[in-house]
Amino acid sequence: MKRVYPNKDVCIGCHICELACITAHSQSKDLILAYTVERGQNGVSSCKHVYENGPTCVALSCRHCDEPACVAACISGALQKDPETGRTVYNREKCVGCWSCLMACPYGAIARHPLEQKIVKCDLCFDRPGGPACVAACPNKALKQEER
Amino acid sequence: MTYVIIGNGVASIGAIEGIRRHDPKGQIVIIGAEDTAAYGRPLISYLLAGKIGPERLALRGADYYAKNGVELKLGTSAAKVDTVQKTVTTDKGETIKYDRLLIATGGVPFVPPIPGVKGADIYSFTTLAHAQTLIELSSKIKRAVVIGGGLIGLKAAESLHDRGVSVTIVELAPRILSGGFDEKAGKLAANRLKKVGIEVNCGVTAKEIQRDQDGHVKGVLLTDGRFLETDVVVVAIGVVPHSALAKEAGIKVERGIIVDGKLMTSAKDVYAAGDVAQAIDMLSGEHRVVPIWPNAYNQGYASGRNMAGAKQPYMGGLPMNSISFYGLPTISVGTVNPPEGDKNFEIFAQLDEAKEIYRKLVFRDEKLVGYVLVGDIDKGGMYTAFIKFAMPLAGEAKDKLINAGPEVFLWPAELFDETWNPEPAQAAR
Repeated sequence: MKRVYPNKDVCIGCHICELACITAHSQSKDLILAYTVERGQNGVSSCKHVYENGPTCVALSCRHCDEPACVAACISGALQKDPETGRTVYNREKCVGCWSCLMACPYGAIARHPLEQKIVKCDLCFDRPGGPACVAACPNKALKQEER
Repeated sequence: MTYVIIGNGVASIGAIEGIRRHDPKGQIVIIGAEDTAAYGRPLISYLLAGKIGPERLALRGADYYAKNGVELKLGTSAAKVDTVQKTVTTDKGETIKYDRLLIATGGVPFVPPIPGVKGADIYSFTTLAHAQTLIELSSKIKRAVVIGGGLIGLKAAESLHDRGVSVTIVELAPRILSGGFDEKAGKLAANRLKKVGIEVNCGVTAKEIQRDQDGHVKGVLLTDGRFLETDVVVVAIGVVPHSALAKEAGIKVERGIIVDGKLMTSAKDVYAAGDVAQAIDMLSGEHRVVPIWPNAYNQGYASGRNMAGAKQPYMGGLPMNSISFYGLPTISVGTVNPPEGDKNFEIFAQLDEAKEIYRKLVFRDEKLVGYVLVGDIDKGGMYTAFIKFAMPLAGEAKDKLINAGPEVFLWPAELFDETWNPEPAQAAR
């Protein structure tokens, strides 16, 4: 499957991927509205996080592991592996907010939703024409989606 | 190839997914004693609390078994396993031939021999049926005593309280959650429960359950002489491996069913997984029964792929629990209570009682081997990484972990690259 691979050697730490992620997961699909209104109102937040260490930066999110620890830990069946697409899919309706996935994922790729007993996790922008918004927005091609 | 799986919990779901990863065609037959498809067992406390309805219990979609070519025999128990003829006989008299067998029968509630414990008004809390019974009961009773201050007991107490029942917890150990938590974490959780009106008694246990002339429970006499009047008693001391079937088949059983690195039992082509299995533990290297959810799925998955011939060993279990008490989230992973006075371990703990925030890190040989988080749990998984990947943490890296928390730049460069930006040849995982 095609995954998103971050390259820390060319990441410039601009956080544009985070903004693109928020926009893609907003209702308005508008950056300014998503950031100024929806972030507070419905807690839309980025699945991607930029980490910095001095001059080095990297933008990380769910790796869609082949054998995900989050799926093993999920008590509600909200997290499952889709055998056809390879994605690690999250069903928000089933989630009870027990945070077992957050504990089990060694990649820190699962966050608590700021307002609800739900999680925030990368869905690879599966329903977005053109693929993941973070990859499309990255100005220095530090994020690539490809088969490896 | 016919795979027969005895038990229909999360280990069986793991097994189906492990088998299907490597064998899309073989026949899978599941024998399940309960009469529902696999459900999220820990969700029974959410159901009892009224937080979710029964429609949210199923672990997988309605078409899951059909899609995966699984034949379900529900409401059916395995009565006998013949490891020579390679057959399982059910309680309905059917004999099923297997090529590979998985015993994933889970655990059964442990009920200690307290005088008066046998009879009416005594309940367990480990199955959907138990939850349904307690839901019906909750409108008719006023008081409940829960024996056991572990995860099951506390969740039973919380859920019954949410149903309007006045609940008292009795725990033999000096603190609740003595297994996965330490004194400070246990106290923060206990305070939350006390604040909502659940009574928590530690350092005492039930000496006798007293009954009236009709045989109904009157109350519980405690070891410290107090008498707690109650309508029902929920016994939630823990679960013990449901291993009788394996024992009778001549399979090697200690505390649980002994399994090797591929989760095969002492009988050829018979595997075991989940709460019934005594499998290898990642940190100690010993074989232990650690009845927790993620281990059950992972063991199921690893046994599944090995039954299907993949020859990939089980990586070992890691104790972990994530659980919230009235909105106070807690996580406990790995070795969190090292033997007292053992100089091989180093502990760093910070408590902010007013904010209900606690963090404890346990190191051994310059590696993180355990942690507890209460309140602020957001970096949980990032700590788990250091344990799971046994990352060396000497000098500055350890100081940073202690002072600033876990972050990905503390990882060894090679692991970082393999994980996040691998060469195409290494990317298969």
